[in-house]
Amino acid sequence: MTARRTSSGGLIERSRTIGFTFDGRSYTGHSGDTLASALVANGVTLVGRSFKYHRPRGIFTASVDEPNALVTILKDGVREPNIPATQIELFEGLEAESQNRFPSLEFDLGALNQLAGRLFSAGFYYKTFMGPVIGPLRGTRFWMICEHFIRRAAGLGRAGYKPDPARYERMNAFCDVLIVGAGPAGLMAAEAAMSSGKRVILAEQEPHLGGSARWSGEMIGGKAAADWSQDLARRIDASENVRILTRTTAWGYYDGNNIAALERVTDHLADAPKGAPRHRNWAIRADTVVLATGAFERPIVFPGNDRPGVMLAGATERYAREFGVLPGEKIALFTNNDSAYRAAAALRQFGATIMAIIDVRAKISPAARALAEEAGVEPLLGFAVTATVGRRLTKVLVRRFDAETERLSGDARPIEADCLAVSGGWSPAIHLASQAGRNPKWDEELCAFLPPEPTQAWAGAGAFTGAVTTAEALSTGRNAGLKAAGKKLSRAKLPEVTAPNLDIHPASVFEIKGNGKAFVDFQHDVTVEDVRLAHREGFVSVEHLKRYTTLGMATDQGKTSNVPGLAIMADARGLPIRDVGTTRFRPPFSPVSIGALAAEKYGHFKPDRLTPMHDWHVEHGARMMNVGLWHRPMIYGQPGETVEQAYTREAATVRRSVGIVDVSTLGKIAVKGPDAAVFLDRVYTNQFSTLPINKARYGLMLRKDGIALDDGTTWRLGEHDFLMTTTTANAGRVMQHLEYVLDVVWPDLKVHLTSVTDQWAGAALAGPNARKVLETCVAGSAVDNEALPFMGLVYGEIDRAPVLVCRLSFSGELAYEVYCGAGHGKHVWEALITAGEPHGIAPYGMEALGALRIEKGHVTGAEIDGRTTARDLYLDWMLSKKKPFIGSALMDRPGLIEKTRLRLVGVISLDGRPLGGGAHIVESGDLNELGESIGHITAFCYSPALAQYIGLALVKGGKELHGKRAYISDPLRKHFGPVQIVSHHFFDPEGKRMHG
Amino acid sequence: MVEYSALALLKNAFTGNRDWKQAWRKPEPKPAYDVVVIGGGGHGLATAYYLAKEHGITNVAVIEKGWLGSGNIGRNTTIVRSNYLLPDSIRFYDFSVRLWENLSHELNYNVMFSQRGVLNLAHSPGQADEYIRRGNAMRHEGGDGVWLSRDEIARKVPGVDLSPNARFPVVGGLLQPRAGTARHDAVAWGYARAADRHGVDIVENCEVTGFLREGDIITGVTTTRGEIRAKKIALAVAGNTSRLLQMAGIDRFPIESHVLQAFVSESIKPLVNCVVTFGGGHLYMSQSDKGGLVFGGDLDGYNSYAQRGNLPLVEEVMSEMTAMFPAVARLRLLRSWGGVMDMSMDGSPIITKGPLPGMYLNSGWCYGGFKATPASGFSFAWTIAKGEPHKTNAPFTLSRFERGNVIDEKGQGPTPKLH
Amino acid sequence: MLIPCPHCGPREVSEFSYQGDATRTCPELTSTDVKAWYDYVYNRPNPAGPHREYWQHSGGCRAHLIVTRDTRTHEIHDVAFARAALNRAGEQA
Repeated sequence: MTARRTSSGGLIERSRTIGFTFDGRSYTGHSGDTLASALVANGVTLVGRSFKYHRPRGIFTASVDEPNALVTILKDGVREPNIPATQIELFEGLEAESQNRFPSLEFDLGALNQLAGRLFSAGFYYKTFMGPVIGPLRGTRFWMICEHFIRRAAGLGRAGYKPDPARYERMNAFCDVLIVGAGPAGLMAAEAAMSSGKRVILAEQEPHLGGSARWSGEMIGGKAAADWSQDLARRIDASENVRILTRTTAWGYYDGNNIAALERVTDHLADAPKGAPRHRNWAIRADTVVLATGAFERPIVFPGNDRPGVMLAGATERYAREFGVLPGEKIALFTNNDSAYRAAAALRQFGATIMAIIDVRAKISPAARALAEEAGVEPLLGFAVTATVGRRLTKVLVRRFDAETERLSGDARPIEADCLAVSGGWSPAIHLASQAGRNPKWDEELCAFLPPEPTQAWAGAGAFTGAVTTAEALSTGRNAGLKAAGKKLSRAKLPEVTAPNLDIHPASVFEIKGNGKAFVDFQHDVTVEDVRLAHREGFVSVEHLKRYTTLGMATDQGKTSNVPGLAIMADARGLPIRDVGTTRFRPPFSPVSIGALAAEKYGHFKPDRLTPMHDWHVEHGARMMNVGLWHRPMIYGQPGETVEQAYTREAATVRRSVGIVDVSTLGKIAVKGPDAAVFLDRVYTNQFSTLPINKARYGLMLRKDGIALDDGTTWRLGEHDFLMTTTTANAGRVMQHLEYVLDVVWPDLKVHLTSVTDQWAGAALAGPNARKVLETCVAGSAVDNEALPFMGLVYGEIDRAPVLVCRLSFSGELAYEVYCGAGHGKHVWEALITAGEPHGIAPYGMEALGALRIEKGHVTGAEIDGRTTARDLYLDWMLSKKKPFIGSALMDRPGLIEKTRLRLVGVISLDGRPLGGGAHIVESGDLNELGESIGHITAFCYSPALAQYIGLALVKGGKELHGKRAYISDPLRKHFGPVQIVSHHFFDPEGKRMHG
Repeated sequence: MVEYSALALLKNAFTGNRDWKQAWRKPEPKPAYDVVVIGGGGHGLATAYYLAKEHGITNVAVIEKGWLGSGNIGRNTTIVRSNYLLPDSIRFYDFSVRLWENLSHELNYNVMFSQRGVLNLAHSPGQADEYIRRGNAMRHEGGDGVWLSRDEIARKVPGVDLSPNARFPVVGGLLQPRAGTARHDAVAWGYARAADRHGVDIVENCEVTGFLREGDIITGVTTTRGEIRAKKIALAVAGNTSRLLQMAGIDRFPIESHVLQAFVSESIKPLVNCVVTFGGGHLYMSQSDKGGLVFGGDLDGYNSYAQRGNLPLVEEVMSEMTAMFPAVARLRLLRSWGGVMDMSMDGSPIITKGPLPGMYLNSGWCYGGFKATPASGFSFAWTIAKGEPHKTNAPFTLSRFERGNVIDEKGQGPTPKLH
Repeated sequence: MLIPCPHCGPREVSEFSYQGDATRTCPELTSTDVKAWYDYVYNRPNPAGPHREYWQHSGGCRAHLIVTRDTRTHEIHDVAFARAALNRAGEQA
């Protein structure tokens, strides 16, 4: 075992030991550890297998940029794949599994892929697997066989099918200043902004505030930087106008300065407190955002750079100082800038032996030289690592290297090392800025992309801006905080920083060319060769490079690989990097749980709309169904009844005696104002201004393009007062349509519209005995034919509740709709049921409602389907010739009056079998081949009145086919059979029953 | 020997992959061509390919303002299907599926068309009737469609919420077995390479800045890389249709540009074996060969050229994902992006000669552009070459809106955001 | 995206329903000019840049607003009540 826990130091709680398992083996760590730091402390260097070649991989970073160490967490009885071990806080009983290996992490058969390495070059799959052009494997078949195996080899972790038991939450927040990142710059910004009294939110993805101050080993304000940051964090926390969100990743920058952030509330706990969500999805609207997101260290690309034991230099330093863990006993460092020297000194200080500092530069700063001395090693200047050795790293090979010409020379020299710490420079974390800015700018000095010009209200601070020292971080942080809070810049002295005067501007060396696989994107196994092949094949634009090689498209989104990849492409093209460009970063910054984004809607997808009578229906055996968001009774089944038997019984009761149905879901719109009648004349195809008070009329609306929109009855309650009803399905759409034309097309009309759907409960009472039922329960008004003729309405009371009774019929029977305030709905319903009991009243559901309307040939949404015209539905009698209306100008365009249009007819099954909604209709009875469809069934039922299966249909020719024989063709359900095409008015076409 | 094959890969593996040629040349634009296709996306490239291959017209340039395939060909959710309702649509898209089935061979480029099926879940008897009507329509037009019961769905797509207590319980589903997914970028690259090998010039980073005209006739374009004349100018610019037409003096057109977002989760081992759509909302999801769940939902719902989406829509789509497939709540969203859709007034495309003399137009793809790529290119090339439409695109005229012969699959009328 | 509703204040886009281009004028209802109606119903300028458009605050006051918004950046330049603005325009005409 080479890596180990140091004897002292670090910010972990050494007194608290935590047990966890990795691949079934038990280990221990300490409170404050991440899974990664605990694994390193336990000497576990092999943690995963790569995507394509299944190469053994170790932990490479200490943060969100981790490309290799992805594990599956087993918690709450479900699997959570692809979580970077660097982001998992240790808790008692944590169970983690390595991924993408079979049969085991140590011995993985998939590693055979490496043997065919050159075959698996970038985009190789576009060039093969096409299979034969003829024969049984032609077409896509050969590919699909290959694909089966490719899919199983690809993918990372394995997810489960079990529903996620967790709960998620959504939170809106508003603030004056949002600060993203709580390193030294972010902390300073927060302190500056909070002093103004502004509302401040400080979001930090790590569990603790402080960022690099926690592991830089520098002194700030005369204290250890870690202590300074903790003190400042405490002061900020004590301020009432600051909200601190830790474990919170700002991942998306949306329009309106809206920052999406994910808070991991209980992931780090063995047992979550009751009621706490797993994650919380924040939408933070800030007047100004301060981006203090820091910078990511990036590697140098060289052959063998993916061997377990190779790690970023900053990460090794962080493991040592923050977690008290040494990633190796004998550590070599490889760098093109000064920052690795500080790591070397730290590692030495914690007890490691520094074997070498290999630096591509010929000269280094005095500060770096001093640190090398502290580390006890003479740096190898003008050298580069050209290879690594060992299943787990045992040796590195180095050669002389000229940073100007990038030439290697001399013999390879071995250096013993069990850990190689690499630094290739630092790239500002500009991901969020890129989502809310123009193109990032390449900086030659820093060899990195600097933040773009903002397109939203944000400013940067700290390393994010390219600032290289902590002193700069403090000053840019304070300035950004003050500016964001609308305050003047301060001349007060900043805390003094004691730190080595390092030069982290790197030499412009991104790649050491040599033999052997050199990886650019670890997670996707993209090598230098792949990038060069992409170049050779003309995939030279950055986006083509990304898409062709998959560089930067893995779960780490290329945080360590983007810049090296670009640099190699620039080199291949012979262009400066700034001319090669960069890709846009897209949300999310780091992966976000899908459950968190669904938040409370997870498990509660859409609201349930219940009528006031809902409980009654359920208590009385109704089987409920969805109608849009509404729950409506489908049938009130009795024991042993089929659906068909139930609705047949219900419908027959209506025709024979009386039935009652809940119609509260119908859209209801109060149309009021001096111009209400004029308005209705314009939106309905027929006339409403002539409608007498206390009368109702059936109306039809068209869209502007002349297609039927909706139908329903509208009642005139007063000179300027109408109550419109719409179909349940179109209630929202009709309301919006009316409001639109009123606001936008005829703003001069004095009309006010109010949706009153939820304010009224409604029950329709239908059947020859309907009037008798009303007579026994309605007080305050007569309901006989004279007082309440067809389409008349009266006001009265039912069991003390005020009601509005309108005589209209959807079923074709003598029928009434009784409306009352929603709060009285159930009361009135029950009173009607009681009054109907002597007549054997039957509550009926949607199926019976459907059967009754089909018998009458009334249309609903299946026929008014957004494609049919009034003429198609034989509703032309409703098209007023006396006045224009919406849709009248375009409804007679040639395409809308063609003979071949689908028009409404009735059909009767001739073989005694049900028809089937969605079945088509053909003219030919030849079952051997599917004939040409001439239309389709829109609705069907067993008609108790006709004792046959009947249906409505839209067919080419419509009426002209009446009396013709045709055939149902329903290949999907393998149903074919003869039908007779008839008028859609099956039952009582003269309407004697409802006028009775 | 064909350029791409297992043998060629093997040979190159031994020579260090040094012998691969550029997938397409990077020519300077010539001053004049027989046909200039504006738009180096899937449709433009396919058009150029079929012009050369089917009609022998090889003096063709495809000009692209950015990098090849930078538009919707590389931003979609890769679904290929022809499960439409209306006969005109079924004929066109089924023709496309037939071209897809042989496309990898045709182009000698593996576009990875995987006929893993598209399953539309139905959540109410009414919705089931609609889907059955659609499936029957497909069958009557010679296509494929199968109705699956809940049990069959449970076997085919484990993990879908089939509980009777679901907010919108699944009652069945329409499966189109020949439908599936393809690798989107490969389609652009495959057509580009094949067109290039036929002599077509593909000119990237060449933005059109105006049109050249003689009288009413369009005779060429001015670009950031100079003037290019052509006997015929063909537009295949998706969300930029209105912009280009404005340059040609057409200020109003039955197109709105809207942003549509798409999403991909982290890679996981095979979880979902076909494309599944959720009928309780608007959601389509499949798993890529790489392992990511690829999915999308509705438009953001307002005119946009920004290629960036809004957060409420992201949340809506995720809630639909978890409603359909509750296990995915534990998985993580990796990336999201936006594309600009050319939404037409009936949800169907326009592939036509005109609207100006010398000009040909291919537009109005709404959500459906990717799957249409081969048929769009084929029928557009036919229209350009012969001056009259192929039988498959004959109904997709511009005049249909004025005449009232709209092809409105969703029955939503002239409200583009609803298609 | 936040839309500053003149009545309710700035509100998230999800509270609003987009109602499309606001530069079109509906022909008089009495007009039977099919061409004019066709143009109104089907054609749009669809600019890349500032766009006058209707939004209904459907999750709030339900008024229709005329919003001027840049379709390239989603930046909102101007918001007014549609009814008031159109009535004013009507009076001036």
